[in-house]
Amino acid sequence: MSEITPSQTVGPFFAYGLTPNGRCEWDPNGSYSWKNTVESNLVTPDASGTRIHIEGTVRDGDGLPINDCMIEIWQADAQGRYAHGRDNRPLPNTQFKGFGRSATDKAGVYAFDTIKPGSVAGPGGKPQAPHIVVCIFSRGMLRQIYTRLYFDDEPANASDPILTMVPADRRGTLIAHKQPGADNQYRFDIRVQGGDETVFFDI
Amino acid sequence: MSLIYPKQSLEAYPKHLSPGYKSTIKRSPSKPLMIVPHTLSELTGPVYGHDAIQENDNDLTKQHKGEPLGERIIVHGHVLDEDKRPVPNALVELWQANACGRYVHNVDQHPAPLDPNFTGAGRTVTDAKGYYKFITVKPGAYPWGNHPNAWRPNHIHFSVFGHSFLSRLVTQMYFPGDYLFPYDPIFNSVTDEKARARMISTFDLENTVPDWALAFRFDIVLRGREATPLDNDEH
Repeated sequence: MSEITPSQTVGPFFAYGLTPNGRCEWDPNGSYSWKNTVESNLVTPDASGTRIHIEGTVRDGDGLPINDCMIEIWQADAQGRYAHGRDNRPLPNTQFKGFGRSATDKAGVYAFDTIKPGSVAGPGGKPQAPHIVVCIFSRGMLRQIYTRLYFDDEPANASDPILTMVPADRRGTLIAHKQPGADNQYRFDIRVQGGDETVFFDI
Repeated sequence: MSLIYPKQSLEAYPKHLSPGYKSTIKRSPSKPLMIVPHTLSELTGPVYGHDAIQENDNDLTKQHKGEPLGERIIVHGHVLDEDKRPVPNALVELWQANACGRYVHNVDQHPAPLDPNFTGAGRTVTDAKGYYKFITVKPGAYPWGNHPNAWRPNHIHFSVFGHSFLSRLVTQMYFPGDYLFPYDPIFNSVTDEKARARMISTFDLENTVPDWALAFRFDIVLRGREATPLDNDEH
């Protein structure tokens, strides 16, 4: 029997500790005095690739925006390399960490500025389509939930080993949509519960 | 080091839906979570070093002009993996209410005073032995709206990074012998008594500093253990 420490909710009051300079419009001055460790802007001066903006609304089972949610994202760089020892390929973008954090604002909206990730190896060496791992924390969530974000302009989605495991009628919940008339802006809404519930992973 | 993340270990976790904690009712997935293999995307995760922290980030009593009110305490321990091996260079963040049970967060407006000398946020990075240490004040209990006369037991929120994004943990550290334990649906969302006990710090007389601060020890065990040959056969 394993003896891991159980998860508990992040609660409603994490912002001044975890996302102090983020989208905490809760604070009349827009931020708390504590400094950020993790930013919602992942772009570093050395990062190659296409800059993108990702934005979306997180909603609960009644379709109401969740205004005290924290989203974390983990992704490869534009060349499909993770800034981690397990990925032993040399990093071309040494400052690019690939990790970001955004609180939702009063309207339940989170946002990230980052680089579009490249393809990374999947099970059996089969390539995975460009994607971002998304982790959601909130008051009312006793444990984090994981999902994935894919891009609607990637033909590789059709053969992605994870995406193709998802029933076709729910696959759309994992696709970020490029916004017409805007440069490299993607919309990725998250529905925690309900008819159009986002696919979450048991991993 | 190549770690695996057995999902049986997650049985210690609360269920997503735990109706005693009312906010879970509309904020828990209603459809079964999809089982998918762990790929490089899950088996890697953010790595932070000592450049992520600054002096006194781990001493919540030294972040303002004066000292905060309350019982000064040392909170320390080790971050470990499932094999009980240390997790070095792990970013540990915490946040908490002040000694009166009031959070600096703007939404907390309950009638208890703020302390101008206390923010209640800290962070550190574990050393080569997985050891971390904070100096803070003991947080007070506070009321919340879950049910009539609901009060949270004293607790400190922890956020921890381990060897991969699967090791990511947000939890709460409690204090031994809290009389509010039986009434708290968040604490009791962990249904196994032994698992609940792992969220309770132990009073640490040995590391208590005479005439200065009480000490509490809180070891944090994250997901991830070494694969055995048997595990490899299964793949």
